[in-house]
Amino acid sequence: MTTATTGRTALRGVVGTSHTRVEGRDKVTGAARYAGEIPFADLAHGWLVLSTVTRGRVRSLDTEAVLALPGVLAVLHHGNAPRVDTDYIGLLGIPPDPTAAVFQHDWVPHAGWPVALVVAETSEQAREAAEALVVTYDEEPHRTVLTTGHPDAHPAGGVMPGETAKGDLAAGLAASAVVVDEEYTTPEEHHSMMEPHAATAMWDGGRLEVVDSNQGTTWIQSELAQMFSLDASAVRVRSEHIGGGFGSKGLRAHQVAAVMAATELQRPVRVVMTRRQMFTLAGYRSPTLQRVRLGADADGRLRALEHRSLNQTSTVYEFVEPSAGVARVMYDADAHHTANEVVPLDVPSPTFMRAPGEAPGSFAVESALDELAERCGVDPVELRLRNEPEVGPVSGLPFSSRNLDACFREGARRFGWAERDPRPGRRREGRWLLGTGTAAASFHAGAGPSTAGVTAQADGGFTVRIAAADIGTGARTALTLVAADALEVAPDRVRVRIGDSDFGPAMIAGGSMGTRSWAWAIREAARELRERLALGTPIPPEGITVRSDTTEALGALAQKERHSFGAQFAEVAVDPATGEVRVRRMLGIFAAGRIVNPLTARNQLVGGMVWGISMALHEEAVRDRTSGALYAPDLAGYHVATNADVGDIQADWVDDPDPDDPVGIKGVGEIGIVGAAAAVANAVWHATGVRHRSLPIRPDRILSAGVPASGGGPHA
Amino acid sequence: MAPAPSSTSSAVTLNINGEKHQLTVDHRTTLLDALRERLDLTGTKKGCDQGQCGACTVLVDGRRSVSCLNLAVAAEGREITTIEGMAEGDRLHPVQQAFLDLDGYQCGYCTPGQICSAIAVIEEHAAGWPSAATEDVRPEAGPPPLTPDEIRERMSGNLCRCGAYVSIVQAVTRAAEAHQAAARDDDRADQDETTEETAA
Repeated sequence: MTTATTGRTALRGVVGTSHTRVEGRDKVTGAARYAGEIPFADLAHGWLVLSTVTRGRVRSLDTEAVLALPGVLAVLHHGNAPRVDTDYIGLLGIPPDPTAAVFQHDWVPHAGWPVALVVAETSEQAREAAEALVVTYDEEPHRTVLTTGHPDAHPAGGVMPGETAKGDLAAGLAASAVVVDEEYTTPEEHHSMMEPHAATAMWDGGRLEVVDSNQGTTWIQSELAQMFSLDASAVRVRSEHIGGGFGSKGLRAHQVAAVMAATELQRPVRVVMTRRQMFTLAGYRSPTLQRVRLGADADGRLRALEHRSLNQTSTVYEFVEPSAGVARVMYDADAHHTANEVVPLDVPSPTFMRAPGEAPGSFAVESALDELAERCGVDPVELRLRNEPEVGPVSGLPFSSRNLDACFREGARRFGWAERDPRPGRRREGRWLLGTGTAAASFHAGAGPSTAGVTAQADGGFTVRIAAADIGTGARTALTLVAADALEVAPDRVRVRIGDSDFGPAMIAGGSMGTRSWAWAIREAARELRERLALGTPIPPEGITVRSDTTEALGALAQKERHSFGAQFAEVAVDPATGEVRVRRMLGIFAAGRIVNPLTARNQLVGGMVWGISMALHEEAVRDRTSGALYAPDLAGYHVATNADVGDIQADWVDDPDPDDPVGIKGVGEIGIVGAAAAVANAVWHATGVRHRSLPIRPDRILSAGVPASGGGPHA
Repeated sequence: MAPAPSSTSSAVTLNINGEKHQLTVDHRTTLLDALRERLDLTGTKKGCDQGQCGACTVLVDGRRSVSCLNLAVAAEGREITTIEGMAEGDRLHPVQQAFLDLDGYQCGYCTPGQICSAIAVIEEHAAGWPSAATEDVRPEAGPPPLTPDEIRERMSGNLCRCGAYVSIVQAVTRAAEAHQAAARDDDRADQDETTEETAA
């Protein structure tokens, strides 16, 4: 990484300056080892067997035939696996998804449900045996189709209240000069991080050791300890390098299966999901069916707002995709009603996926706002600025900071928004129709309790120990900079060690809260250590360690609406002959707190926007209603944006330090995707004159919706 | 564990990064698994194991290839270069250095494949290979300029779910420019030599 001289650096500080990743050399040379790559003596390989039916019961498993195959050591299933406990509340304050508690019963609640683990000496042997295992089922009829007005749909909470309501919606809509009432849909989407889930479990001197790829080692430690009725100190989880997470790398079937097998065989067992298994075992973002009703005065000021979102969950676990939470932060109206509803189906459990709620919710709300702007004849940027709330629309609480207007003004200036002809279907370039669109973004900014240890070594170096996770965020590097500033030393004297539950409880890499939570803990310990060293305390050979715990400090924070904000702009080209949509350029301007490392933060924000393009145009897992399983669940059947799908994407930010955070951080992990799909969809409308309210905007949808010859025609 | 050859396994010699490795492999073992599980060369990544993501890209006789779709027994006699063979000692390959300096990655899992691919892209381009993004594909047109669109197209066999494509393109551009400058210097040196020879 970049280094600088000690004195000047210490005075100026390195937070806010660009630094290459501290583990960068390991990553570009292939030296960085991910979970499935750490060697173990006497390692056995486990291969999961998943149900081929969507609903029913396992009638039989022909384990004898498989146990006779070369190298096979064991077959674990509901008839012989150890019992585990799922009746607890985990570190995130929610019960575990029982999908992870494998082999506890014979019923099959969805296609691709784990029914057995075959363990063998080599992965080839395990795979062959797993594929040879004959499982018979008593099949039952299934329901896997999400529809509006489903009889089992009900409002549901989760991370936020299921419903909010103020004012008289019907009266508000009736009194409005302009009303938008539309339905929007988003499909089933999968995280599809590049590194498949992998865990190796082993018992070492009475202690369970798990080498895993996850978003929080103390999180997984506590889940496994509770599930297997162990003392937390008897479980150690390590996760050094993580090949992406996006919400999916929590407690899942592979870790639990590996622990069971390691216990059974008393030797190390590794379980790695295949890419296809990930499509049923790794969680996903539920499809959403959303309805937005907006009522406004002729000048675009909102009088009434309703946003209802329905998502599916499994029959074993209730996960709410809180899409209707968006307007609770973004827009106010005298009549303001929002509701998240859920319906259980015979499908895998959905889970958190990058910007849960905000990503699909912002597509609906920000598309509807664009439709309102069109109908009012008000510029879409101006419409949003006219509807900036003073306080939280539902909570009534003040915002810690809300610099959305600064984002829009800076973004509009740099994007060249002022020259835009608002009429749709007017710009052509050869065979391409061109259009531009915009949308607003917000994402919650928070912090979770964390502990950290900072050690001053006799050799003049410092070591930070924290159970943080760097899932590609650059957290390891950002925390090095934060620690260096707090210690007032150059960053090359600081080594940050992460990814080990032995370092003590810490927030997970999730909810855009990781870096902020960990930085807070590190800064506290580092400052106290610096004060001690300033007294001239001599450093003994074992060093001086100061530990911190932010639980109390976070508990003392005043209640406020705390969020990052952003303005997204997109330019698309649409080929009316083929239906192809190309995103030529995007600009995102964000107010996302103090930026610790501009090099990696910009990359992460752009990455979020790339997710937005991918969501707008490509991603869609299609479930076959007859079989109840996905069509082509792999990276050929499930298209994520490739290099050629991504044009000139830029992200930048306005000054927006969080006033209540010691470093000023908010978090940049998720805000980049929020609003991005809506900006693309709004640009497609501007190019073609047709509204696309269902994602992804596939070529066939462009073609079947048609393109009006003169633009500005009918709505799709 | 190196089982003796049998009806389901064979002894092979694999030439990897200039080093010969003798091992007995299960016939079902892919080149990818041989590298990762048998030779401890875990820099080559398994993203999908079915040729769809590019994370396992290596160079086989100088050309990029997804090692998950090669069987180890079929790789005998080929020159295989993995990410571990790209740097010269402590000196990174210019493509590696550009990825590091320009942050051409996030989680790093697709990175070895991206880098192997990028090294081959620069060679393929210099050798005059067109791509789907090339406007004039006539042989006499010569190599097209290595524009961002050319790089995007040529690098699209390597997925990056973190979405670091923008900085990947920047890194490949920088490394390609360095490569071209070096090639020009070589040309000039050759010309100088020729001139000197003529003068002599």
